Amino acid sequence: MEGGKGAGGSAALGFGLLVALALVPLLSQVWGGTYLTSLVMQAMILAIAAIALDILIGHAGLVSFGHAAFVGLGAYVTGIAITEGLTDGMAILALVVLASAAFAAVTGAISLRTSGVYFIMITLAFGQMLFFAFGALAQYGGDDGMTLWETSTLFGTDALQAGGGLFWVVLATLALVWGFVGRLAVSRFGRVLRAAKEAPVRVACMGFSVFRFRLVAYVVAGVIAGVAGFLLAHQAEFVSPAAAAWQRSGDLIIMVVLGGMGTRNGPLLGALVFLGVEVTLSHLLEAWRLVFGPLLILVVLFARGGLAGGLDWAVDRWRTRVQARA
Amino acid sequence: MSTTLLLIQLLNGLQFGVLLFLIAAGLTLVFGVMGFINLAHGVQYMIGAYLTVAFAELTGNFFGALALALPTALLLGLALEFLIFRHLYDRDHLDQVLATFGVILFVNEAVKVIWGPSPLIVELPEALSATFQITEGLLYPVYRIVLIGVGLVVAAILWLVVQRTRVGMLIRAGATNPEIVSALGVDIRRLFTIVFGFGAMLAGFAGALAAPIFSVEPNMGDDLLIVAFVVIIIGGIGSIRGAFIAAVLVGLVDTLGRSVVTDAMRLVFDASAANQIGPALASMLVYVFMAGVLFFRPTGLFPARGSA
Repeated sequence: MEGGKGAGGSAALGFGLLVALALVPLLSQVWGGTYLTSLVMQAMILAIAAIALDILIGHAGLVSFGHAAFVGLGAYVTGIAITEGLTDGMAILALVVLASAAFAAVTGAISLRTSGVYFIMITLAFGQMLFFAFGALAQYGGDDGMTLWETSTLFGTDALQAGGGLFWVVLATLALVWGFVGRLAVSRFGRVLRAAKEAPVRVACMGFSVFRFRLVAYVVAGVIAGVAGFLLAHQAEFVSPAAAAWQRSGDLIIMVVLGGMGTRNGPLLGALVFLGVEVTLSHLLEAWRLVFGPLLILVVLFARGGLAGGLDWAVDRWRTRVQARA
Repeated sequence: MSTTLLLIQLLNGLQFGVLLFLIAAGLTLVFGVMGFINLAHGVQYMIGAYLTVAFAELTGNFFGALALALPTALLLGLALEFLIFRHLYDRDHLDQVLATFGVILFVNEAVKVIWGPSPLIVELPEALSATFQITEGLLYPVYRIVLIGVGLVVAAILWLVVQRTRVGMLIRAGATNPEIVSALGVDIRRLFTIVFGFGAMLAGFAGALAAPIFSVEPNMGDDLLIVAFVVIIIGGIGSIRGAFIAAVLVGLVDTLGRSVVTDAMRLVFDASAANQIGPALASMLVYVFMAGVLFFRPTGLFPARGSA
């Protein structure tokens, strides 16, 4: 993982994935139709949130179990703003960023006073706090959530509407986040984060405030997940507390770990595979979790390193073989 | 709010706290001794409730159901420990979280397949379905009083076992420094299996007690599990005393909060705004309380581990 590729993971694999995603609308003309595009859009939105979570889990070593709460927060701020008549997409996005940054700063400052299992449980508890708060918003649908009868406009265009350019906006955001986290990982900031994961005391002795670096990482990850929520509200045209449920946070962790921690391709790959497996299994069997639960346990017990690690390894092997032949 | 209503809310809060304690006790000991984070603990609570429903149909008697449900819950807990959890003790917390999350997904779905998704009900036995007159005009169900009493007795027994017996001594020592206890020749794995089994049984017992008053449905353990986490965070992980005090505090804060907050909001905002903000705030109160405690004591009220 170290060396030339750094903690970013191979750029070729990521580019390949993004290009493949860009071909999906073309493919949907022949096979899958709008079902395929909306499914892939969902996967990309989840991937954005998962890449953000990987900043915490993979780079900072902080297992946050409340990350879906930020997605829910972004979705609710969007839903409430649209219901109250605000339809300027950029204005809503600004509100989403402000709200998720504020929530991340406050809960992060409290959660980061602890570590290890305390941190897992506290982020879980704060996530649950938002989940119940959303369910109690009776004027915005309560537990049932709210349907968005209209969506916002981006500079007066329909770019944020599911039937319009939303697919491209989501893909562009995903590419942007993917690139940003890759840069972040190799920056001084990313290196300090990873060093603090391995040896927090040494990093503190070198004069870095570990707490501040972690808090910034927590806020950045929260804001990106909030933006994912903003996109989710536009994609589903529906907002409900379920987006913030702790099971969703668990799903995001699964995507990061199965895909490969600390590799920006991992969460992207993890999100795509996760949704693929979920859709396939649930088509085959109504009680698909009967299969998925044990599958998850087996993967944790016997397979480690994640999909991205495995793919990188396969690509390397293939390259050396080709070079050996030449 | 009248005194009568306040008294009822206090009793309800105490009852919720007692249930929380039964769940949190196992969770805090399992984490204290082995450093194992078990998300599937809420599943044991759900299993206890479902077993009570199933055995009540079989025997036609609540007490008979209870007598059968407890050992079955114990066996199921031990089976899970043997099959899965045992292999996770040496792993990091992330692996433990993921694997126990898998257990939750499986058991919740299995319960849905076996008993169906709709809520089930257990009939209360005749002797416990009466109401009890506490003061003039205040009637309270006998069953809830019994539940509080049983919970307090179990808490007392647990405290005696942990503080006054040899096994309890080992558990406390294990929570403080498991390596040293192991080096002194104690089979820490067997100790843990015992703790895990009884923790699972206590959570199952809480589920059985809750079955007649709450609806028995899939996922019923998940939300309670997170509140139980809040309890052991506030109490300090590994501490039975902390778990008890925190469970009662959380039970009272949650129950009283739900009835007081909206009224309190009316003092600041107009009625319609208060009615909207009140419920949302009330449901957040427990977590705000937790944040407050952690702000002053990051390792909880009674930390058991030297270094957490």
